[in-house]
Amino acid sequence: MSREILLGDEAVGLGAIHSGMSGVYAYPGTPSTEIFEFVEQKTKKAGNVHAFWSTNEKVAYEEALGMSWAGKRALVCMKHVGLNVAADAFMNSAVTGTNGGLVLAVADDPGMHSSQNEQDSRYFAQFALIPCFEPKNQQECYDMMFEAFDMSEELALPVMIRLVTRIAHSRAGVQTKSAREQNVLNPSRDIKKWTLLPSNARVQYDHLTEKQPELLRRSEDSPHNELVLTGRKGIITCGLAENYLRENISNGDYSVLSIRQYPVPAEKIRRLVDHVDELLILEDGYPLVESMIRGLFGLAGVKVMGRMTGEVPRTGELDPDIVRESLGLDPLPSAHNPAEDLANRPPALCKGCPHTDSFRALNEALNLFDNAQVFSDIGCYTLAALPPLEAIHSCVAMGASIGMAAGAAHAGYTPAVAAIGDSTFSHGGITPLLSAVQQGVNLNVLVLDNDTVGMTGTQRSMSTGTTLDQIILGAGIEKEHMRIISPTPKNHDSNVEILREELAHDGPSVIVARRTCLEAIKRA
Amino acid sequence: MEKNIILAGVGGQGILSIAFVIDNAALDAGYEFKQAEVHGMAQRGGAVQSNLRYADHEIYSDLIPKGAADMVLSVEPLEVMRYWHFLKPDGWVVSSVTPYVNIPDYPETEQVLNQLATFPHCILVDGGQIAKAAGNLRAQNMVAVGAASSQLDFTEDQLLKYVEVLFKRKGDKIVEVNQRAFRYGRAAGLFFRGLVDAGMEIPDALRLSQKIAPETYDPALAADWVGYAGSDGSALASVMASEETIACDQIPTRT
Repeated sequence: MSREILLGDEAVGLGAIHSGMSGVYAYPGTPSTEIFEFVEQKTKKAGNVHAFWSTNEKVAYEEALGMSWAGKRALVCMKHVGLNVAADAFMNSAVTGTNGGLVLAVADDPGMHSSQNEQDSRYFAQFALIPCFEPKNQQECYDMMFEAFDMSEELALPVMIRLVTRIAHSRAGVQTKSAREQNVLNPSRDIKKWTLLPSNARVQYDHLTEKQPELLRRSEDSPHNELVLTGRKGIITCGLAENYLRENISNGDYSVLSIRQYPVPAEKIRRLVDHVDELLILEDGYPLVESMIRGLFGLAGVKVMGRMTGEVPRTGELDPDIVRESLGLDPLPSAHNPAEDLANRPPALCKGCPHTDSFRALNEALNLFDNAQVFSDIGCYTLAALPPLEAIHSCVAMGASIGMAAGAAHAGYTPAVAAIGDSTFSHGGITPLLSAVQQGVNLNVLVLDNDTVGMTGTQRSMSTGTTLDQIILGAGIEKEHMRIISPTPKNHDSNVEILREELAHDGPSVIVARRTCLEAIKRA
Repeated sequence: MEKNIILAGVGGQGILSIAFVIDNAALDAGYEFKQAEVHGMAQRGGAVQSNLRYADHEIYSDLIPKGAADMVLSVEPLEVMRYWHFLKPDGWVVSSVTPYVNIPDYPETEQVLNQLATFPHCILVDGGQIAKAAGNLRAQNMVAVGAASSQLDFTEDQLLKYVEVLFKRKGDKIVEVNQRAFRYGRAAGLFFRGLVDAGMEIPDALRLSQKIAPETYDPALAADWVGYAGSDGSALASVMASEETIACDQIPTRT
């Protein structure tokens, strides 16, 4: 009942707390990280919400599903590509259904500010046949959490709330409500529902498909899907795209449907389509609604415009200027033209970062080879791809460095080198290392153990120090081929020597470069 | 009333601290506001910006449209150039002139400042010099927000209150230093504008401001300084030649 300044992420977190959530689960990933962090910090004192980082998004999702099974409300948060990791549990949780409310908050990153793609999580909601909310502002981030938990419990389905970077990382004043009670422990007794043997799974899948008309009815009736019919030109906005439209036009010349709850409200779209001669579709993400309306063969009698026809760029983040142009409006006058050839200020590793010393040593060790390429992974150390280090040559998916190095080795590539951080290793690097050891692949894994998740703001790492060493040995790496180095300028020569020794070894080896992240030291 | 501000600087310069002070003052004043910021990969020592909007009516977009910004408020001069095309034709450039050189191809500072000086609505202050005088070089962000404060829709006390809230957990001394940086910045900005409004060329106004000891800025003396300098600024040469900074009220007599 007060007005608080909250990021969209924080509004989701506070909405979940006030909705009576008992557990929050997440792996850090921009732009979703602050949801978990906010809940963790806010509930630390009371200690009434379970908040501990998970090893990866799949684990987070499964933990949240377990809490739902036990009858309590759970929030699971991740970035869009994290949902790929969690997809197995996610897709099947729609089939099992839920017990306590289960809400999945996914933060997409149109424009790829901090990501390797801009996939649109609304497709995942559609794919799994579950409801999805898409808030247009921070207030809705907060309010929709109550609705999402209620809907999850009413329909016994997980519910998605889809954010984009501009909502996740933008602050506004949010009016808050009083908190409601958490659920009591009430484990599900419905064994068949949770045991997806084919015979049970078919029954459950039928339940899921039978719920679809009710999901659609809720979308049609939802106040979040607002239809205003006036002129013969129509616009559909999804989520925050409505803001960019309102920023540019205030008059009622356009008939507008604002969609913020899915499945797509077909009847409302039908009424809009029947009313207009042309239709512009504004979505911050993939052209999901646009492609549905267009179908394979287009829409007879109505000109449909959007990302697929070029009125809106096919890729990238929406903004008020792009929407302005798509409306055919002239740009606003400006005080100055954009500066030409302005010196860029790219992100870089911090001064004194241990990764810099690790990669300097690796670069020198590898100069015995002709143009050796290094498979790498996702974290601060991905910045080593840029000058001056230019030490790594791939970044694809969490843990992919090790699997790709193994595949390259299978093909005869040598030296097959993978560079991966300690937290990324725990997230997705253990299983490919185990595979490589079992096959006796000739590869070298450099684990950059800086004791934290650096890029997202120094969260807790699951496998660092002795835990990391035990995992590596447990995966079957021979003791004499697990080397530990301290990446400092002083140790440069000896580190190069150790790296060269392991590069010369025919078989799997792991070199752990261990020195704590400077930011983590600062924050401790 | 609607105010759209692009906050600019380099990762680590405390752009979000500026946003905190203005956000809270806006909330306190009952305004609507939105403030989009940059986290993650985009933050690592690179160019950082935040779009801050407040108004006495509903604000739709979290992002400021091109041509709709009332102000670019920057802790670093080069960073102004990254966003100046967002400014309205009569928009304000408020910037520290202290360069943050962490790239090999940083242009000549002189060139950058000359470009900023082409904006008739500009406030240029020496953030590094002023923050140092306030007691901590890291307080350049508070110097910048102080310099901009006369163009914002809050009293000095409304803003200073949130400088205190922001730094409270770091202790009284840090609060004092940052509030002092804010006050010096505010006085520096007003003095600079006083010089320009009384007819001094912008580059001269900046050079003279940099000669004044930051703890002595007095906007009320700006017109007297312009009177001393003369219409062509020729009398400033001797002041500029002095090695030491001089107190604002030590206006030399013309010989």
